[in-house]
Amino acid sequence: MNQPVIDLSPKVSDEVRKTTCYMCACRCGINVHMKDGKVAYIEGNKDHPVNRGVLCAKGSAGIMQVNAPSRLRKPLKRVGERGSGEFEEIEWDEALQIAADWLEPVRQSNPEKLAFFTGRDQSQSFTSFWAQNFGTPNYAAHGGFCSVNMAAAGIYTMGGAFWEFGQPDWDHTKLFMLFGVAEDHDSNPIKMGIGKIKARGARVIGVNPIRTGYNAVADDWVGITPGTDGLFILAMIHCLMKAGKIDLHYLAQYTNAPVLVINNPGGADHGLLMRDENGKELVIDRATGKLTPFDQPGVKPDLAATYEKDGQTHRPVFHQMAEMYLDEQYTPENVADRCGIPAKRIRAIAAELARVAFEEAFTLDHEWTDFRGEKHAQMIGRPVSFHSMRGISAHANGFQTCRALHTLQILLGTVEVPGGFRFKPPYPKPATAHPKPHVGLTPGAPLNGPHLGFTHGPEDLALKEDGTPARIDKAFTWENPMSSHGLMHMVISNAYAGDPYKIDVLFMYMANMSWNSTMNTRGVIDMLTDKDENGDYVIPKIIYSDAYSSEMVAYSDLILPDTTYLERHDCISLLDRPICEADAAADAIRWPVIEPDRDVKGFQSMLCELGAKLNLPGFVKEDGSQKYADYGDYIVNHERRPGIGPLAGFRGENGDQAGRGAVNPKQLDQYIANGGFFVEHIPAGSNYYKPWNMAYQDWAVNIGIYDKPTPYLFSLYVEPLRKFQLAAEGHGDRQPPDHLRARIKDTMSPLPIWYSSEEDNHAADYPVTALTQRPMAMYHSWGSQNAWLRQLHGHNPLYVPTRLMRENNLSDGDWAKVTSPHGEITVPVLEMAALNDNTIWTWNAIGKRKGAWALEENAPEATRGFLLNHLIHELLPPKGDGLRWANSDPITGQAAWFDLKVRIEKAAAPAESQPGFAPIKSPVGQGPKDLTWKVGT
Amino acid sequence: MTTLPAKTDKKLGLVIDLDTCVGCHACVISCKGWNTENYGAPLSDQNAYGADNSGTFLNRVHSYEVQPPGDAAAQLIHFPKSCLHCEDAPCVTVCPTGASYKRVEDGIVLVNESNCIGCGLCAWACPYGARELDQAEGVMKKCTLCVDRIYNENLPEEDRQPACVRTCPAGARHFGDLGDENSDVSKLVAERGGMDLMPEQGTKPVNKYLPPRPKDEMPEFDVLAPFLEPVAEEPKGFLGWLDKTLEKL
Amino acid sequence: MHPAPSVIFFTTFSGLGFGLLFFLGLGFPGVTGWTAFAFFAIAYLMAVGGLMASTFHLGRPERAIKAFTQWRSSWLSREAWCAVGALVLMGLYGLGLVFFDARWTVLGLLGALFSMATVFTTSMIYTQLKTIPRWNMKLTPVKFLSLSLAGGALLAGQVSIALVLLVIAGLVQLYTWVEGDKALNASGTNMATATGLGNIGHVRAFEPPHTGTNYLLKEFVHVIGRKHSQKLRVIALGLMTIAPIILLALPFSHVLGVLAILSHIAGVLTARWLFFAEAEHVVGLYYGKR
Repeated sequence: MNQPVIDLSPKVSDEVRKTTCYMCACRCGINVHMKDGKVAYIEGNKDHPVNRGVLCAKGSAGIMQVNAPSRLRKPLKRVGERGSGEFEEIEWDEALQIAADWLEPVRQSNPEKLAFFTGRDQSQSFTSFWAQNFGTPNYAAHGGFCSVNMAAAGIYTMGGAFWEFGQPDWDHTKLFMLFGVAEDHDSNPIKMGIGKIKARGARVIGVNPIRTGYNAVADDWVGITPGTDGLFILAMIHCLMKAGKIDLHYLAQYTNAPVLVINNPGGADHGLLMRDENGKELVIDRATGKLTPFDQPGVKPDLAATYEKDGQTHRPVFHQMAEMYLDEQYTPENVADRCGIPAKRIRAIAAELARVAFEEAFTLDHEWTDFRGEKHAQMIGRPVSFHSMRGISAHANGFQTCRALHTLQILLGTVEVPGGFRFKPPYPKPATAHPKPHVGLTPGAPLNGPHLGFTHGPEDLALKEDGTPARIDKAFTWENPMSSHGLMHMVISNAYAGDPYKIDVLFMYMANMSWNSTMNTRGVIDMLTDKDENGDYVIPKIIYSDAYSSEMVAYSDLILPDTTYLERHDCISLLDRPICEADAAADAIRWPVIEPDRDVKGFQSMLCELGAKLNLPGFVKEDGSQKYADYGDYIVNHERRPGIGPLAGFRGENGDQAGRGAVNPKQLDQYIANGGFFVEHIPAGSNYYKPWNMAYQDWAVNIGIYDKPTPYLFSLYVEPLRKFQLAAEGHGDRQPPDHLRARIKDTMSPLPIWYSSEEDNHAADYPVTALTQRPMAMYHSWGSQNAWLRQLHGHNPLYVPTRLMRENNLSDGDWAKVTSPHGEITVPVLEMAALNDNTIWTWNAIGKRKGAWALEENAPEATRGFLLNHLIHELLPPKGDGLRWANSDPITGQAAWFDLKVRIEKAAAPAESQPGFAPIKSPVGQGPKDLTWKVGT
Repeated sequence: MTTLPAKTDKKLGLVIDLDTCVGCHACVISCKGWNTENYGAPLSDQNAYGADNSGTFLNRVHSYEVQPPGDAAAQLIHFPKSCLHCEDAPCVTVCPTGASYKRVEDGIVLVNESNCIGCGLCAWACPYGARELDQAEGVMKKCTLCVDRIYNENLPEEDRQPACVRTCPAGARHFGDLGDENSDVSKLVAERGGMDLMPEQGTKPVNKYLPPRPKDEMPEFDVLAPFLEPVAEEPKGFLGWLDKTLEKL
Repeated sequence: MHPAPSVIFFTTFSGLGFGLLFFLGLGFPGVTGWTAFAFFAIAYLMAVGGLMASTFHLGRPERAIKAFTQWRSSWLSREAWCAVGALVLMGLYGLGLVFFDARWTVLGLLGALFSMATVFTTSMIYTQLKTIPRWNMKLTPVKFLSLSLAGGALLAGQVSIALVLLVIAGLVQLYTWVEGDKALNASGTNMATATGLGNIGHVRAFEPPHTGTNYLLKEFVHVIGRKHSQKLRVIALGLMTIAPIILLALPFSHVLGVLAILSHIAGVLTARWLFFAEAEHVVGLYYGKR
């Protein structure tokens, strides 16, 4: 045959530069293929511990993010009214001078007048360091509306959480149960894991009102009623306990189930854990029958024994659990209707968990020694693993629901064992090993410690002497005592209300607060643009840094343009949120694989400069000159503790030390040569049972994760919760306001409970739950300015279950009005059968404001796309008591945006999705019409 | 050459696992990236930042809801689709210029863009929507099975596979010789009942689809009941059981 | 299918043009000199104009010459050869008639044969497509040929033949619609076979692969005009056959003759619009559309 001759071995690129993706929070390794100095193609890095060569749609579309016409080009100074989009381009010198002129007086007089909040920030250990040096107590990232329930519940309960912080033992698990809508975090590793277990034919159970994504491939789908996951889990706990299908050995040895609880009704210590004079929890040793500290060599903690003293019977935690969870209220029959799951199905799933955990148990031949010094010849595996997505946590009951799930997996003995769920370094790490919140401010000086942390009782709350909140977001107050990530979603609302106080400068990074990163979008826009009686903005000065022309740009006074992810230094640090695997510690960098073609600066490099300009102690040398030339310089030379810096790899003068070691000036080069990351494997035999495995503990100390071995017990019973309850009962000096007492008593149960927030959200009048999730091809990447990704998701329909379609006489393409207690939207609908029949949902953050993101004003994102955010308020509907009740979890302050209750009805098709917003003037113009992108010839 | 070869030495193709695909579109964009920069003209985009935006893609992921009979829950299936490199490829024989051809050595169906007049007839002849006429270049684009990767000596051996396969996070895409019954892909097809799309069209697709495994078929509780046999009905009885059981441990 | 003006014009006018050439080749009407020139000019204007129009739907018209290479397998290539053959043969034949007053009969017969072969090969481009069941039947070439002949006879002023042929063409068209409406269902291709998921249950398209449009949707999924199709069918049939038949049945006048021709052309254009707009490509099934 006369076939054309084609070149089967064309040159792929001139050079491959290996760095770390930033299109979402996965932090995959990428190979950036360069041609003629330009980015030609991006693929996954096969050697990288996170993604092993695979790469998602966002990652592969990075090239369209780097050439996006929405990139900001130069610092901007607002010249029109806020919201108009009228700016003038200025030089960096002037921009930084303006910032310094605004910030310097704040720092010298009252640093709390600066609220510094970062959104999709992957450099929190750096940005918090900056804020700490500035001296403001008002710093946090976006965890409060994203993930704090997930993180805090995990850390308080078992010293680690789901998402990037742990993973199922994909190689051994036989039953994987995944909870919650919005399957985004740790997306590539979870896809890889699911692929792995699917290839083995292992079973996946998905519990999610919406059957998309991972739930679409789940072997069994449980289309639960949103917000009832906790109740479903407690019912399974009921079944498993009643059947004795729990791992008693595991519970006795590794959890606080056997720890005695003080029984002293009415006393200030009632319900606290019994401790010895060294503060160690006490158990009854089954061998001796005596009261013994839990960690003594040879002790066999007794789950059953009680302790009599002073006429009181003190019972172990496990007794309380039995009493609580064997109660009739948790029988499957009693929860079935509420959860929307037949009782038989609940029992079947519980039975299946029991069957796999106990009948399919297996052992690995790894000898190991536990923290009591006991040697074990083998490791027992229980091949059931759990994971959970935001769906279960973004509710007002999310903290307790996440706790319930952890309790379930601990009862089955599947955490940190072969086949179960395992932590990634720096976890396991108990809540007590984390810092506590600090708010001690001194004008002109750094804060007295890190902003965020874990409270262990009323004494740790961030309150001023007069009992009012010390932080602008009211984190760590009686309203949400354990708000470990702060409450970014409350900052603007509180600053506007002057509650707890007014601020002078709002400084934000990568946080689209006037659009999709906020609840109550319209309200926030009004707050940002409202003026006081003097004609000044109520929030006086707003500095914003972003790489792109997002909706927030127009609402800021000074824009400090950031670089794209391929033009910058970053470190994905063990001090922060590293890229570790369950079997390895790992961290990574980004480095400028291309130079910016615009007058922009990496945000962190800019902060090094601004910090020096403000004379912040951590950012100037002794002679007052700038300490870190840029973020790359900081990454290499900063030391948090002697020998411990942002990067753990290639430390020491020769670059051959891992974890600890002197500063190595060639560290970045060595990272680059190594593919942009560093990995140190956990030795076999140390990689399971990590919280109690002395070999792991010693390894972790060596590598700098701990300063000393820190074994601990899992907290089925979370004592700090009880301490807040005791305060609410009237004990102690620090007392909650009266209107919060009942809520604290009711919700802060030291053992997981379930409660409904339906009444608060007027479910009687608004019976349908409305949810959002990000599509996999856009999760976390705000990809609408991306020419490739926006073809996949250029607008978002409202997905409506078949039942509601029929009841409302709707067909595909019709429009519906959706009303919540707070607002209404009118949007196009599409039918979905694989959906809980009382739930509607849409893809989040597809809808865009006209004029933003360099899109044309008639782009589908602006005409058909919409946000559900318009229906959600940061506050609950008023209760008539004159108080502002946050729409948040009362324990952690997590924004409860999945508690949204609505009504739906057919509507005449409007010209565009409603509410409509006036266009904003694009500060970067608009993109080209057509694209034929090819950099090579 | 417009006539189809009587026989090809190999039948290279893809096996797509519908039981595993989570619908993430990774393969779609990876393909777009590679083929924009490589084989032939770039895959262009029109109205890239405006209304009615569209562009050339060689691989697209559909999704379907399937309602089993009775009251079983509806299922959602993600469905990636690209050229199936048919043995009896109608797109090849209709081509008036010989631009479309099926390679003798491996069965890959390609377009020789310099001969393509952009008449679109091959796309009309393809039942699968595997061909898209690039609006900027005016020539027909289609999946090349990354013919410029799979033999590319400038790539490491392990990377010599189509971009979509290399990038698929869930491992739902497999590449190999479906003409060799001992190949991994052929075994997979045999094991899992790999199927053809639109077999009645007579195109004899080389690419196969692995059907989703049966869903929502957890055994009834009655079968599993022994695993939840209560040890006691009351908390008190439970503590008694506890004491006894701990004794045995 | 997208009813692109270029292909509608192409098939309509090349059909008419080659239809006229067919009759001219057979010697109907037996004209010579400038009268012959006028007939040939009209025929060539239509045939060549139609062929030119077809190049407008090419992405790379400058390479159109390459379409001659694949006559062994491609109907489009064969059509190109037949068209050129017909035009050359009939051109020579016409040359004789116009300038030499000579009727080279064999050339004319050959030209007529090639003219009809052109129409046939055009029809086969559509007929061969299994992907479009409405076209993929033996009736399609019959329809193209009967229409081309009827139109040719009309243009050639062969009233009595035209009357018969118009009736035949009308009936064939009607039958084509009846059969065409059943074709997709009868083809056995549906969403179940398209996805292979039919054995699980009822298959319904959920999210499309892209929220905007693309080449496939623009080219193959044309649902907008279909709701008017019944009305348009009546109009098409009326203009294409019934009106010309009535006009021809009336006492002959050139005005009525021209009106009959114009009506027929308008009818064929409408029918051809429907031919494309009503054609369901099976790829639409992947989008849950037809």
